[in-house]
Amino acid sequence: MQVKIALFGITKEIIGASKLNYQLSETADVNQLLNNLRADYPALQKLSSLMIAVNDDYATPEQTLSAHDEIALIPPVCGG
Amino acid sequence: MIAITEGPINTQAVIDAVQADGAGAINVFIGTVRNQTQAKPVIQLDFEAYDSMAVKKMQEIANQAAERWPIQKVAIVHRKGTLQIGEAAVVIAVSTPHRKASFEACEYIIDTLKQVVPIWKKEKFEDGDVWVAAHP
Repeated sequence: MQVKIALFGITKEIIGASKLNYQLSETADVNQLLNNLRADYPALQKLSSLMIAVNDDYATPEQTLSAHDEIALIPPVCGG
Repeated sequence: MIAITEGPINTQAVIDAVQADGAGAINVFIGTVRNQTQAKPVIQLDFEAYDSMAVKKMQEIANQAAERWPIQKVAIVHRKGTLQIGEAAVVIAVSTPHRKASFEACEYIIDTLKQVVPIWKKEKFEDGDVWVAAHP
């Protein structure tokens, strides 16, 4: 399946876009997505943390994904 | 009032939003742009937010605070875009019947906001830009 991933902060600079269309196996979970992204974009491995948000909530590593999910890559946050 | 905004934050409007007849205290936190990071001069800050999730998380934090303290009303407004030194990046106001709870709730809200709300800042120095906290 193809998913759309919203990118923010430093991940937007690493990947070079604010949205990424990304190919995943039909049964992919969050952990697989993170591993694939880290392999494709090695600079992501250097970040202090990297989370995935699905439909405006932080996702667990085992959470499965669907093509309709609103997915975002969340580098270390630092508001305030 | 829970919001991400692009223009300057109207601090008085945030305070007014939490006024309540049952309140004996309103505690306000204003996070501002500091002119240096570890003795290195900062020129300006760029804030980026994942708006929909940021508002959802700020609302959740407000709800969590309301479960722990007798909050009358709470308001959280965070700014995004380019900010100059001294400008307010975030304003939080909490009203409670007595002052102690207002201090505690306000501190809880800003501490938790910094940990979970998807907002990022980039510090601009004379010699380049750095995404804060991105690397260990």
